[in-house]
Amino acid sequence: MIRRRLRPLRPDPRPGGLLTLVLLGAWMVLLVAAPGALADVFTPESDSGSPNAEGIDTLYKIVFALGIVVFLGVEIALAYTLIKYRMKRRSPAPAQIRGNTPLEIGWTAAAAGLLVIIATVMFVMLGDIKNPVSSAPGGLPLGSAVTQFASTDQPAPPSGKSLEIEVNGQQYLWRYDYPGEERLFSYHDLVVPFDTTVTLKITSQDVVHSWWIPDLGGKMDAMPGHENETWFRIPSPADGKERSFLGECAELCGEGHADHYTRVRALPPAQYEAWAARQAEAIREAQEQLAESRRAREAAEPTSTEIGGGEGS
Amino acid sequence: MHGSERRPTGWLSWLGTTDHKKIGIMYLVSTFVFFLIGGVQALVMRLQLAQADNTLVDPQTYNGLVSMHGTTMIFLFVVPVFAGFANYLVPLMLGARDMAFPRLNALSFWLLLFGGIAFYVSVFFQPPTAGWTSYTPLSDDAYLPEGGIDAWIILIHLTGLSSIVGAVNFIATIHNMRAPGMGWGRMPLFVWTILGYSYLIVLALPAIAAAVTMLLTDRHFGTAFFDPTAGGDPMLWQHLFWFFGHPEVYIMILPAFGIISEIFPVFARKPIFGYKAIAASTVAIAFYGMLVWAHHMFTTPQPTVVLAIFAISSFVVAVPTGVKIFNWLATLWRGTIVFKTPLYFAAGLISMFVIGGISGVILAVFPVDWQLHDTYFVVAHIHYVLFGGSVFGIFAGIYYWFPKITGRMLSEGLGKLSFWTMLVGFNLTFLIQHSMGLSGMPRRIYRYPETGGWEGWNLISTIGSFLLGIGVMITVYNIVVSLRKGQRAGNDPWKANTLEWFTQSPPPVNNFDVVPRVRSVEPMRDIRNEVQKTGKPAGSVAQPVA
Ligand SMILES: [Cu+2]
Repeated sequence: MIRRRLRPLRPDPRPGGLLTLVLLGAWMVLLVAAPGALADVFTPESDSGSPNAEGIDTLYKIVFALGIVVFLGVEIALAYTLIKYRMKRRSPAPAQIRGNTPLEIGWTAAAAGLLVIIATVMFVMLGDIKNPVSSAPGGLPLGSAVTQFASTDQPAPPSGKSLEIEVNGQQYLWRYDYPGEERLFSYHDLVVPFDTTVTLKITSQDVVHSWWIPDLGGKMDAMPGHENETWFRIPSPADGKERSFLGECAELCGEGHADHYTRVRALPPAQYEAWAARQAEAIREAQEQLAESRRAREAAEPTSTEIGGGEGS
Repeated sequence: MHGSERRPTGWLSWLGTTDHKKIGIMYLVSTFVFFLIGGVQALVMRLQLAQADNTLVDPQTYNGLVSMHGTTMIFLFVVPVFAGFANYLVPLMLGARDMAFPRLNALSFWLLLFGGIAFYVSVFFQPPTAGWTSYTPLSDDAYLPEGGIDAWIILIHLTGLSSIVGAVNFIATIHNMRAPGMGWGRMPLFVWTILGYSYLIVLALPAIAAAVTMLLTDRHFGTAFFDPTAGGDPMLWQHLFWFFGHPEVYIMILPAFGIISEIFPVFARKPIFGYKAIAASTVAIAFYGMLVWAHHMFTTPQPTVVLAIFAISSFVVAVPTGVKIFNWLATLWRGTIVFKTPLYFAAGLISMFVIGGISGVILAVFPVDWQLHDTYFVVAHIHYVLFGGSVFGIFAGIYYWFPKITGRMLSEGLGKLSFWTMLVGFNLTFLIQHSMGLSGMPRRIYRYPETGGWEGWNLISTIGSFLLGIGVMITVYNIVVSLRKGQRAGNDPWKANTLEWFTQSPPPVNNFDVVPRVRSVEPMRDIRNEVQKTGKPAGSVAQPVA
């Protein structure tokens, strides 16, 4: 037995979805009207001018534009339907439509088609983002050919030459090892020359970290036992002055995760070489000091075996 | 006649019950409590992030909040709350008197509750701090020797077992206990999504059960499955985790799709558009959802061809999802739309989930993911999917079925107020997070410097989150008040289509005195029409054949 103790359903004066549309519409207006200065509110960072970062930026903008079309299409259709077909005083009983096969095949094909377009754009642009370019004229002259590892498949630049840096993530700092006889290394700051293709071999010695400087393109995870790869090339600015780009570890790596920063400093090649020489000297001095203090300590303090043996002799 | 056995009353009647409705209510209430706890954790995190270099919580506490919030919302709220809805509704919608295995059903609830309790006990010593993903080696004993990770492992085991036991029960019930005449083509769409949910649980959860067992032995018994210093591989953890973790996302969204697929035809006074397409897209999403897991691993060291394959499979799964949205819009199109609270939340789901769907496609473009992975863009994406999608669906379900479960209506005024507060608060919280991610703010950081330019955006997000919390509490208040004072609902307050509205509100222990014969996708509408035509009572028109 069905009994309805309720008042019959009455039309509602407030159309739903309207506020949604207003809110999201306001956001969209902001997007369209956004001046160039606000570009990074809507698109990824790419201020360095590194070709991979610019490639990602462009690819994002294309996919984002298609996404906005779909977004507006769905939201407008939803809001229009809700407002237009809300129950009114004299709404007729709606037609009992159960489907429309050609229409349904149509929109399935349209959705698939849009995704085929996105996939195609992605694969067309992939090479420019994934594959390192050669150094630009004026970059650091590089002598030796690049060594290649096969763990991932980033190819060598067409010239076969790049400044190859070994990146090591640790709780909570980054160590950079530079190529060459001097076995140069640095912590926190990676110093690189302008216009020079820099390839990175990224690993970790403890937990998983992720190396990421937003302005220099995508992040790559630093995983113990694995070697990951990425690259960048920072063009020389008009004024030729040093530029630096900050980044933060992107994978939760423990208590110090939020303070796991790193920085890339880009210099004109001549200044880079001067820095390299200074750094090599500083490392040599530090190592000598360390060796000396160790010798001094060993001379001053008897070792435990000496104590043990001392009583017997 | 049965009923000679005395039934226990009071709290004992809940403790020992095998009635699917009581178990369903216990599921719904306890998961909602976990939802509120997880929400408070989120608000503490938002308070910490409201200002640059804030010192409200220390980093280890923050990492604990990150881990507890994610784990609670996923394993103790969204997944089991749908088990709660399904427990209560699947037998009623099928015209059955209970689940196929009532005692197994009780077991699955108690496993869930004790899983949650075991997990929350860790608050008293050291909560887990490796995130809901517990990536190795961070979660290994070398880095986090405290028991929090072990509590997390026990939670995964108990809630996982609970879900699998429940899923087997749903599968058995749905396959075998449908009312006479209810073929696969006449099964309610909510039940279709619960079938997809259940199969996904059975297929995906064993992977994480294996993974956490390996982690447990790595931590305590000297194995090295994930320890790179002893020949293990952290990549193995990520593959096993996401082989479970991505289907988990569909486990959490499919039933919400099912709920709104029930609501739209009722409130548009028009049949669902493309029943077969929606049912088929549920199956397609469940199938392809199993094949996209490594799109969570686009920044790990893998060959490009692997990334390409998982990008393509992620694009493929977007198609059936899009189809569902078109079908819902077409259901509303040229309907007579009655604006009641369930419809608000269901329409809210479409308008918010579409944002999460689009950002999902953007993230599937793997070179773009290299920029956006592990940033606030991803945080925004998952919340548009899991809050804008799943939680709006859950609230739609609460407003839709509360009258059936309690016999009383929720207040429409409070319901609409709650909806608008939640919608505004939600977008204030999460829309801006896309921009935070695009401008380089990583997720899971307990503080950020003043120099990054993120402070203003974070403050907006924090204000929004409190508005969202107020919106949720309005519904809680609505529930508490309406339980006692709500208008009497009657059997069928919405003029709905499915069989749960054929019985009384709340339904009797045996659900149906007469099991109706099903002749279409809308058996309840058929019964209503028959009553109107013949003037006979519903019980007699429901089963004309003896
Ligand atoms: Cu780190």
